[in-house]
Amino acid sequence: MKEIVVISGKGGTGKTSLTASFAALTPRLAIADCDVDAADLHLILDPKPVARAKFSGGSRARILAGHCTACGKCEELCRFDAIYYDGPGNGIVEKTYRVDPIACEGCGVCAWFCTDKAIEFAPAVNGEWYKSETRFGPMVHAKLGIAEENSGKLVTLVRKEAVAIALERGLDGVLVDGSPGIGCPVIASVTGADQVLIVTEPTVSGVHDLRRVAALVKQFDIPTWVCINKWDLNPAATELIEREGGELGVSLAGRVRYDRATTEAQIEGKTVVEYRQDGIAEDIRAVWKRLRKHG
Amino acid sequence: MKTIAIASGKGGTGKTTLSTNLVYVMAQCGQNVVYADCDVEEPNGHLFLKPVIQSKKPVGMMVPQVHRERCVHCGQCGEICAYSAIICLGSETLVFPEMCHSCGGCWLVCPEGAISQTLRKMGTVEKGHAGNVGFVQGTLDIGEAMSPPVIRAVKEEIPEADWLIVDAPPGTSCPVIESIKGSDYVVLVTEPTPFGLHDLTLAVEMVRALRYPFGVVINRADFAFQDIWAYCQRQRIPILAEIPDDRRIAEAYSQGKMISAVQSDYAGVFRSIQALIEKEMESAKVGVS
Repeated sequence: MKEIVVISGKGGTGKTSLTASFAALTPRLAIADCDVDAADLHLILDPKPVARAKFSGGSRARILAGHCTACGKCEELCRFDAIYYDGPGNGIVEKTYRVDPIACEGCGVCAWFCTDKAIEFAPAVNGEWYKSETRFGPMVHAKLGIAEENSGKLVTLVRKEAVAIALERGLDGVLVDGSPGIGCPVIASVTGADQVLIVTEPTVSGVHDLRRVAALVKQFDIPTWVCINKWDLNPAATELIEREGGELGVSLAGRVRYDRATTEAQIEGKTVVEYRQDGIAEDIRAVWKRLRKHG
Repeated sequence: MKTIAIASGKGGTGKTTLSTNLVYVMAQCGQNVVYADCDVEEPNGHLFLKPVIQSKKPVGMMVPQVHRERCVHCGQCGEICAYSAIICLGSETLVFPEMCHSCGGCWLVCPEGAISQTLRKMGTVEKGHAGNVGFVQGTLDIGEAMSPPVIRAVKEEIPEADWLIVDAPPGTSCPVIESIKGSDYVVLVTEPTPFGLHDLTLAVEMVRALRYPFGVVINRADFAFQDIWAYCQRQRIPILAEIPDDRRIAEAYSQGKMISAVQSDYAGVFRSIQALIEKEMESAKVGVS
């Protein structure tokens, strides 16, 4: 069983559109949407949840106004500027302290040092995750709460659950839609994967970001491929990426042309390979075939 | 200083295009403006502004350093740490700096004063200027998971100016929050596609939770997908501009050029966006008071 992860460095290069098409081309895969910060794959694959669960990646502090004596110790110790002196008054003081749940990073230092036992520190719900069925097979996906942390932990959970389903049903592998950037959710997506596909675009930003994300993946020593999406928007930059591929330690998975069919298919809630048979769909099939052959 | 943050839920909608063109036209009109690239995982603004870098410094965060000769292995540091970044195993106290959030718990709690703070480098902040535009950018070291400390460092290095334009990372989680914190106005850049709309709704929830005034710029505005206009109307969100789906913009972008610099008609487009943002900022102020 193989786990293939699709990432991009730069956002908006077409990760999710391509991942959706790959899912459509392969019947025996479990799908995992690990772009938990801005998940979009469900808009195309239309998953029907069969199970859902809350995700708790950490704890959060809350000041119990009734117990607060407004000594100010918590505000003094908090390194995240998450504590404000504007809470409701009580019988002891006119104003109490309050925790800003968005700024709070869940370290618990305030609760530990509060001499009045006025701070509750308990696991927080940071998101929700789902096991679903799609027309192309099982899918695990999640929604991170707004302004939440610990997206890396949620990514790891989603991947683990998708692998479990694939093993249970004897599927061939897991296809993971990752997130942009090179930070915590990306690292959590590629750690321990069998194959990585980087989707880039032939722009100076695309090339710049590809170099950084390829350097990141290199640290993990995983076979890595690059696919140049919308290649015909700048053929010279496409050739530059293809020439540079070897140096970056990535193999070429192929080119996918620019086509408005990508957006049209999205509007209809279809994958590009369902919407079209020729042109761009042929490009995508060729990229996927190459990945599967060598994967 | 007035701060405008340029954000978006979805990546690749045109944050950097908007921010770099905005600072370019603002400086052209004689305004005193600074551009800060807070997309430290993949900073791209420099590719377009081509700044002259005048200073560069390593940044990161303070992590614990255990002085073994003073450690009595009481284990309190491991107990307070919510991130498993410090663990006491028998006669050995181990630190895992990459897990640390720099909350200070361990050195505060240590009864023996056996833990001091040491800087762990996580990235670089560079400062300079691009013509009349002040320029600051952060770059996260490859392999580092946490970008907020580098974003915080970028913000500490911002020079005084009348205007600050913050180029934020995509998404709606901690790096974005850190970037847009303290803004006077947030511009959300989106595109008229189902993905664009879905991620815009997440970004709107985020700025509303933070209570910042905000407006939307619709990039690559062709009209095949009307829902995005309907959504903004329903939610009473001002649409500051619609940037057309013009191949000339895509080509200029792909070559690292700013469209305002190569197509004079676009300088006017970005100037009018800036004027509208200023107007919106004024009315937001009136609305609050």
